[in-house]
Amino acid sequence: MLTLNHFLALSLVLFGIGVAGVLSRRNAIIVLMGIELMLNAANINFVAFARFLPAPNLIGQIFPIFVITVAAGEVAVGLAILIALYRNRDSVKLDEFNILRG
Amino acid sequence: MTPQLVLFYLLAALTVGSAALVVTRRNAVHSALFLIVTFMGVAGLYVLMEAEFLAAVQVLVYAGGIMVLFLFVIMLVDLEERGRAEGPRPAARRRGRIGLSLLLTFLLVALLLVAFTSAQYAGQGADGAVLRAQGGNVESVAVALFQNYLLPFELASVLLLVAMIGAVVLAKHRI
Repeated sequence: MLTLNHFLALSLVLFGIGVAGVLSRRNAIIVLMGIELMLNAANINFVAFARFLPAPNLIGQIFPIFVITVAAGEVAVGLAILIALYRNRDSVKLDEFNILRG
Repeated sequence: MTPQLVLFYLLAALTVGSAALVVTRRNAVHSALFLIVTFMGVAGLYVLMEAEFLAAVQVLVYAGGIMVLFLFVIMLVDLEERGRAEGPRPAARRRGRIGLSLLLTFLLVALLLVAFTSAQYAGQGADGAVLRAQGGNVESVAVALFQNYLLPFELASVLLLVAMIGAVVLAKHRI
């Protein structure tokens, strides 16, 4: 019997994998992919609650539409920043961007 | 062990497995391709949770738009990280693989048919009666989106315009 907990556990694991990717990778593009994984995990949470809560609600399906929209805009701007960085520093490895380090 | 449960475990294994591969591959293009597989798995989970419109939006926007953007930028930027070119693989046995893939396809189609046509599946959520009255998932989402959530919808379009302008300004050679 499929319950809410199944989907919550899945989204937890997916979110954890996203966090692991963001924290451990040097390539900035993979870090952005980890952020997308985290957003997808949150979306799964929303839809799971919309499906399994006893009260009728469709906001759990509408809010992920906005999350996907914002994620699309964020990825566009983030990759544009990456391209500008690459043009100036000729690299996208995060440990080479350490000007602010004292 | 209902068919929905089996389908959930299959989709969950696919999603989590390919997500783990995304964050561990050395080659950025491989990571992008596994991320596409992850998004497809998530779309399947949305269908399982009766959010069919959201599943379509997920495939269109994420797998069809955002990942194409990622791949373009990887091609522009990631010149040394793209990994060594792999040589041609030795020719593998073809016959066994075709039979196995046909069998797996048949089993998967059978599982999908059983899972989505059983009486347990349709309209399970609290919205079941409302959904059937309004004619399905897309119509219900449309009614809610354009009546109750119209302002966030318009603001999202303004946000996309701002993001578009910002991306163009940031990535231009000379302003």
